[in-house]
Amino acid sequence: MSTKRETDFLADVDLGREKLLNRLFYGTLVVASLFGLAMLVLLLTDVLWEASQALTNFDIDIGNFLTATSSSRAEQAGFGASIIASVWLMVLTAVLAFFIAVGCAIYLVEYAPENRVTRLIEANLANLAGVPSIVYGLLVLALIVNDAGLGSVILAGAIALALLIVPIIIVASIESIRAVPSSVRDGSYAMGATKWQTIRQVVLPQAMPGILTGTILALARAVGETAPLIMVGTMLHATRYPDGPFASFSAMPTQIYNWTYQADRMFNGLAAVGIVVLLLFLVAMYALAGYLRKRYETDGSSISNV
Amino acid sequence: MSTETQSGSGISGDDSLEAAHEKNRRVRRVLFGCAAVTVVTTVAIFLVLFDNAASYFFGARISEVLFDGDSIARTVTFTEFFTGTRWAPDHATPAHGVLPIVWGTLAITIGAGLVSIPIGTATALYLSEYASSDTRNRLKPILEILAGIPTIVYGYFAVSFLTPVLVDGIATFLVNPAGRGLDSVSHHAPGLLEPLASGMMGASVGRYSMLAGILVVGTMTIPMVSSISEDAMQAVPDDLRNGAYALGATKYQVSTRIVLPAAVSGIFASYILALSRAIGETMAVTMAAGFNANLTVNPFDEIMTMTAYLVSMARGTSAVGTVQYQSLFAVGLLLFLMTLTMNLLNDRLKQRFQEEYR
Repeated sequence: MSTKRETDFLADVDLGREKLLNRLFYGTLVVASLFGLAMLVLLLTDVLWEASQALTNFDIDIGNFLTATSSSRAEQAGFGASIIASVWLMVLTAVLAFFIAVGCAIYLVEYAPENRVTRLIEANLANLAGVPSIVYGLLVLALIVNDAGLGSVILAGAIALALLIVPIIIVASIESIRAVPSSVRDGSYAMGATKWQTIRQVVLPQAMPGILTGTILALARAVGETAPLIMVGTMLHATRYPDGPFASFSAMPTQIYNWTYQADRMFNGLAAVGIVVLLLFLVAMYALAGYLRKRYETDGSSISNV
Repeated sequence: MSTETQSGSGISGDDSLEAAHEKNRRVRRVLFGCAAVTVVTTVAIFLVLFDNAASYFFGARISEVLFDGDSIARTVTFTEFFTGTRWAPDHATPAHGVLPIVWGTLAITIGAGLVSIPIGTATALYLSEYASSDTRNRLKPILEILAGIPTIVYGYFAVSFLTPVLVDGIATFLVNPAGRGLDSVSHHAPGLLEPLASGMMGASVGRYSMLAGILVVGTMTIPMVSSISEDAMQAVPDDLRNGAYALGATKYQVSTRIVLPAAVSGIFASYILALSRAIGETMAVTMAAGFNANLTVNPFDEIMTMTAYLVSMARGTSAVGTVQYQSLFAVGLLLFLMTLTMNLLNDRLKQRFQEEYR
């Protein structure tokens, strides 16, 4: 505090008060940290409870639920057509987003000169990652669904989701391409390889586990997205199995949304069971991403697989 | 794309060398094309939103005026749009004041910030300054699950638990702290807040409420604040902490007067990211806060955010040319500009944060 003689040092500090203050502060931090944890537990418990209640109260047959199409009659409604629609969406989204995103990442790391265009691309990426998902839905609704006349089909939904996850995959890809040591590149050049040969046969194989992990995580984000699909337009009930990219559809999250708003209580129960299925999908994807990361973490430093 | 290394070595002849160079140039162009797609996306968002929003205000899209020679007719004035206090473009007597749904978005954003900013910052301080590395490595990923759960699940959580149990419980408690419920005869022993509470919220909480929306959005943005703030706090050099300890500072003082100020730009960046996410959040607020465009400060009232309006008006292909369809893009443009502002602000702060300790 202020200047004091040596004997007065700390004389004005009430140590008991300081101790209490520290304890209170620590307690507050712990309680705050537990809040997020508590909400997570509450949320998962609530969903599992509602789903189990629905299974017993409405006597839902799980096999039928997973394979049947939805229906305006709750007793016959199933999730099968929505699951298939989500798988279609995921595959199309992955194909549309992966090559563009990885291409962009390679360009930015390996080729891009230090100039204004590069800075613009990088700044734009940060901005794209912050655009609300519903805006991508609006873009596709106007441009693809209506102006181009494609209609509310799976491909249109996949384009919206692909636009949404391209920036996410780019960021993950840039990180794992940058992580490839430059000595490995130099070794390849020393053998007389061209730049593209080096990238294709040396850099990309090493960076691929990281890129794939990032892609799977981005797809996990896409599969749970509801808003862009609602803007593109989905069926109220997924009453038929989609037979290709040009079929109308209702994916898992949009079907859950529509079920939640039905007056029949059984539909609300179906929504809970649907959420459990959706969450299981996500858990599987996260597990796959984690497995890839673990598996290649150990021999990531060796270049024996080049 | 490439046909592997059939030529064996690149030194053999000038022909193959020239071919390799040509190929490299082609690859480079293709990769640049991929990168350009991201810029084209942003430009397309701008153009499409402006183009379609114009039909809301002027009766014709910009492209229709330019290419088809459509005439302009003033349908909605900017004055009405930005200052009107009633929003019902699809009503029999339409009103085009966007303020109620902008307020809905702001109310949710501010409220969610009041939840996620203090809790997220406290969590970050705990993780960075107090928790053992073991606890940190376990707690951080678990909290990040909160950001990975689909927002539709939060919406269902609000509908099935938060609103009927928590929000309703709070409302009942405010009216009658004894917890006897609204219908039991409690007029002789009114709660302290009864006049305020009953005046504020009328009979009881309906299916939707601002408070439920605030709680779900606040919860899902906690990990953004906590993770990014924690990274910023970890970047504060230990020399600063040790210097303070050497001067006799307590851990509380080091946390609040050294670490927080030193990491402030990174922490603010996390706040802006969380608020930006709250502005654009759609499904959870739609299902929790509702569809009633209300200019209200009562947390127990139903309100409508801009995103909820977009969801409520989504009709796919059937509505093209109607005022509902056109209004989607006017609201979408406003939403996009709001988040764009936040993102640019975030960019600035991030740059400052990187300059500080690197």
